[in-house]
Amino acid sequence: MNERTRRLREESLDAVPTISSERAELLTEFYRDNLGRWSVPVLRAKAFEHLSRHKTIWIGEGELIVGERGPRPKAVPTYPELTCHSLDDLRTLHTRPKTSYRVPPRCFEVYESTVIPYWRGRSLRDRMMALLPEEWKAAYDAGVFTEFMEQRAPGHTVLDGKIYRRGLADFKADIARTLATLDFEKDPHALDKREELTAMAIACDAVILFAERHAELAERMALETADPRRRAELQRIAAVCRHVPAHAPRDFWEALQSYWFCHLGVITELNGWDSFCPGHLDQHLLPFYRAGLAEGSLDRESARELVECFFVKFNNHPAPPKVGVTAAESGTYTDFANLNLGGLLPDGSDGSNELSHLLLEVIDELHLLQPSSNLQLSRKTPDSLLEHALRVIRKGYGFPSLFNADLVVEEQLRQGKTLEDARAGGCSGCVEVGAFGKEAYILTGYFNLPKILELALHDGIDPRTGRRLGPATGDPASFPGFDALFAAFERQLAHFLDIKIRGNNLIGRLYASDMPAPFLSVLTDDCIARGLDYHAGGARYNNTFIQAVGIGTVTDSLAALRKLVCEDRTLSLPQLVAVLDSDFAGQEVLRARLVNRMPKYGNDDDRADELMRRVFEAAFRCIDGRPDARGGVHRLEMLPTTSHVYFGSVCGATPDGRRAGTPLSEGISPVQGADRCGPSAVFRSAAKMDQVKTGGTLLNMKLAPALLAEEDGVRKIGQLVRAYFLQGGHHVQFNVVTAETLRRAQANPEAYRGLIVRVAGYSDYFCDLSEALQEEIISRTEHGAA
Amino acid sequence: MKIAPPPSGIVFNVQRASFHDGPGIRTTVFLKGCPLRCPWCHNPEGIAPWPQVMVNPERCLGCGACTAACSRPKGPLASGAALGEEGCRACGQCLDACPTAARQPVGRRWGVDELLQEVVKDRAAYEISGGGVTFSGGEPLAQPAFLLACLEACRREGVATAVDTCGVAPEEVVVAAAQRTDLLLWDIKHLDPARHLEATGAPLEMVLANLHRVAAVGVPIWLRVPVIAGFNDDRDTFEALCRLAGSVSGVTRVALLPYHRTGTAKAARLGLAPGVAPLAAPARERVEAMAAALRAAGVETTIGG
Repeated sequence: MNERTRRLREESLDAVPTISSERAELLTEFYRDNLGRWSVPVLRAKAFEHLSRHKTIWIGEGELIVGERGPRPKAVPTYPELTCHSLDDLRTLHTRPKTSYRVPPRCFEVYESTVIPYWRGRSLRDRMMALLPEEWKAAYDAGVFTEFMEQRAPGHTVLDGKIYRRGLADFKADIARTLATLDFEKDPHALDKREELTAMAIACDAVILFAERHAELAERMALETADPRRRAELQRIAAVCRHVPAHAPRDFWEALQSYWFCHLGVITELNGWDSFCPGHLDQHLLPFYRAGLAEGSLDRESARELVECFFVKFNNHPAPPKVGVTAAESGTYTDFANLNLGGLLPDGSDGSNELSHLLLEVIDELHLLQPSSNLQLSRKTPDSLLEHALRVIRKGYGFPSLFNADLVVEEQLRQGKTLEDARAGGCSGCVEVGAFGKEAYILTGYFNLPKILELALHDGIDPRTGRRLGPATGDPASFPGFDALFAAFERQLAHFLDIKIRGNNLIGRLYASDMPAPFLSVLTDDCIARGLDYHAGGARYNNTFIQAVGIGTVTDSLAALRKLVCEDRTLSLPQLVAVLDSDFAGQEVLRARLVNRMPKYGNDDDRADELMRRVFEAAFRCIDGRPDARGGVHRLEMLPTTSHVYFGSVCGATPDGRRAGTPLSEGISPVQGADRCGPSAVFRSAAKMDQVKTGGTLLNMKLAPALLAEEDGVRKIGQLVRAYFLQGGHHVQFNVVTAETLRRAQANPEAYRGLIVRVAGYSDYFCDLSEALQEEIISRTEHGAA
Repeated sequence: MKIAPPPSGIVFNVQRASFHDGPGIRTTVFLKGCPLRCPWCHNPEGIAPWPQVMVNPERCLGCGACTAACSRPKGPLASGAALGEEGCRACGQCLDACPTAARQPVGRRWGVDELLQEVVKDRAAYEISGGGVTFSGGEPLAQPAFLLACLEACRREGVATAVDTCGVAPEEVVVAAAQRTDLLLWDIKHLDPARHLEATGAPLEMVLANLHRVAAVGVPIWLRVPVIAGFNDDRDTFEALCRLAGSVSGVTRVALLPYHRTGTAKAARLGLAPGVAPLAAPARERVEAMAAALRAAGVETTIGG
């Protein structure tokens, strides 16, 4: 960091997340005046243009990369057309102890007088809830699954290299070409396509206008400043904003700024779930970097400064806040931009380069919450890059996480993508695989596997409420053996996944018809060529994902139940269920036995791992290949974000000895503390899952710092990771921090404000986590050096 | 024709992903029984050659499940007792019954095939890292038939091995092991014969004679020295160590292992009396200086592994 970037970083850390009502006001005024005048796509594009024309523009002191979604850093807009916050919601955001957002008095006033009266009953969420069937709502309320798209738009997508080669003016030319080929005689969808394409062109103009307004402001500020150095910088900023993103960037600075305007466009148009991300930034920037060095317009330090300015912009953008269960399931400021380093080039050669190392240095130095980062580790990635990444990991930020780039390609080939598109893809959000710039891969919600077991053990009745939730699959007393119980589990699983999938398709159609995203569609192949929106199947590839949670808990529960009831015959199944219903009241010895003496997933013990495979395969069969709303199919992922805490809170005690209401296992990690045979056994257990059939799995491992302190340890941890990947593992992330440090941070949060830990696919400030989640992270096994 | 039963042995731990017992990522197999009685022993549960009971009082709930399960008139054995002694039928019921695994067996009989199945699980990690299996203890050479059969089985499976030994064993056993392994980790506790005998109960002469004998086999040797303050962290010891490392042809490395106290808690659980004088870890600078002296003499030296 130099003086400039140190200051920008400090300012970003100090800025208070605040709700801005500006977007809501502009949008409400626009809808009130214009609804019904144009087709839906054109209305959306014109609304976007209205925002770009009127929103407050911000250029901060000393910034080189410019542009904010809100009127200033960390001022977060709302999206009432999707979810209209109530006054109570705003009060909750303002006052909740963790991840709060300051809500200014003006915001309350505007919401009360204008925004709520207009959007109540009209927001997409309100209409969605009116359309979803009772069975869906009952399962949702019971915590069987969550729904991503009720409060945020489908998004979760990553850009490829196209904007570094072409400008929005070039995309407009493509749009014009498709428009010219529309066949109004034979194609019944020609009008829909014309409206969508027209909307895309308006959206391009809106983003160009937004950039030009920054150029104007920079020019004005240049005239006003007394500092000649800053004047020159502002003039340069103006020149950059005049050129990009309308035209292809010509240098390193323009490349970063062009991406940033596209990023802001995507996240202003709609609040897509999980932000947006530049993907393979090291690969995309390389030509500009090398050209700059060659012609002398750039050196390593000026490139580093620009990248640092760019990173700070991500950190200035906390996620748009959610409310209710959705906030509980994932309460975080992070918006999940996740840079991919290394990986492969489309021709199959190693994609890492000197910028991969430069970016790792910046990640290490800045250690900001956002953007997150990962290393795409292929067989061809040099050990030097892996070891550099591990030396950053050992600082304990939880990033970069590590992905198996070869498996990421294989997973996508299984989904039918071309080899080149698969290689140009990577991972986003937490661990999710996609073909960057060419795919709409929608995450739809978490699915609570242990809750399904609980229902199977109670004949479909939710013991928490006494209400019938699932089909009657038999009284536990009637099960002749373990297989009968497992069959009941599978029936409950299929029942609720069917409900979830039908709900997904209803919600997906609503987005396609009512909430197109023309600007995101410009950036996603082949929406222009097809004249179809991102939400309507315009992308080259379409996949819809359900995220299963708690495989460790459900596996250990089944393993314990089988051993105790079916093999040892210590007690009958109804007796065990009664113990669970009482939350082990007076049964501490039995509970200790369940915790300590049963086969556990994560120890390379087939008595447990074989059940993990059975559960995984059952979920896979219920999901994979089922049609979605965009002409694509449903697929399975294994990741929790923070939903394992929420899902645990709605689950009673489980046969693995877990108490009622406590967190479930997360991702494909073993139950917290259940893995006792070291990291290689965890890797072997996890690799028994056929991970290539997923769209991503998440494995969290906590390491004592001593293990990575010496270079020999760095090398050996790297080798363990490579061994895991060789066996078919998708991802691993390390939390390198002692339990003692975390306890100190709990006791004295002020002193540990900057302590970042890996949560579940992303890193977060430890002190911002709920106490339950803090406890859960502390209890994860700390693997010491053997 | 009489077929000899396949050898089996008493093993008290199989530790996977071990980083410090030889090159690469390893699985360390701890064989029970040791002829030495070193007061600094960090695996005191490995000294007695027979399976024992060990009770961790911190984990004990006092639930009485062990007593209820036990058929011995006097009730379950105390911590440190040998399974099967004094009317114990070695049925293991008291161990299985313990809900928290506070009462654990130390050591059980393993067959060669069973052990092999366990150690090949991390083959991928061995191959990537140049690792393998290390036989440690206790003293692995104290169960020669089992050790040699395991070494041969690993070699057939293409898994590299190391043997971590104190060098106190009959010459033919030491040579046979050296011929069947890829690396010897050879402990040197002291290089003064009187102090060696006094501290360990075994003669230094045998350790050195065996060392010269295995050097002739041609297997690489790492000398491993537990460094204990006031016992062997003096200048005379380093100099003798430099001379030894330089004079034995197969020695490719010296590993200095600073003493740590992890063994004392385990010894207490087993009911073993603490040593006469408390032992101390050496000063860090002392170990660094030792390492520097060895390196200056041209010997590759590591600290702690």
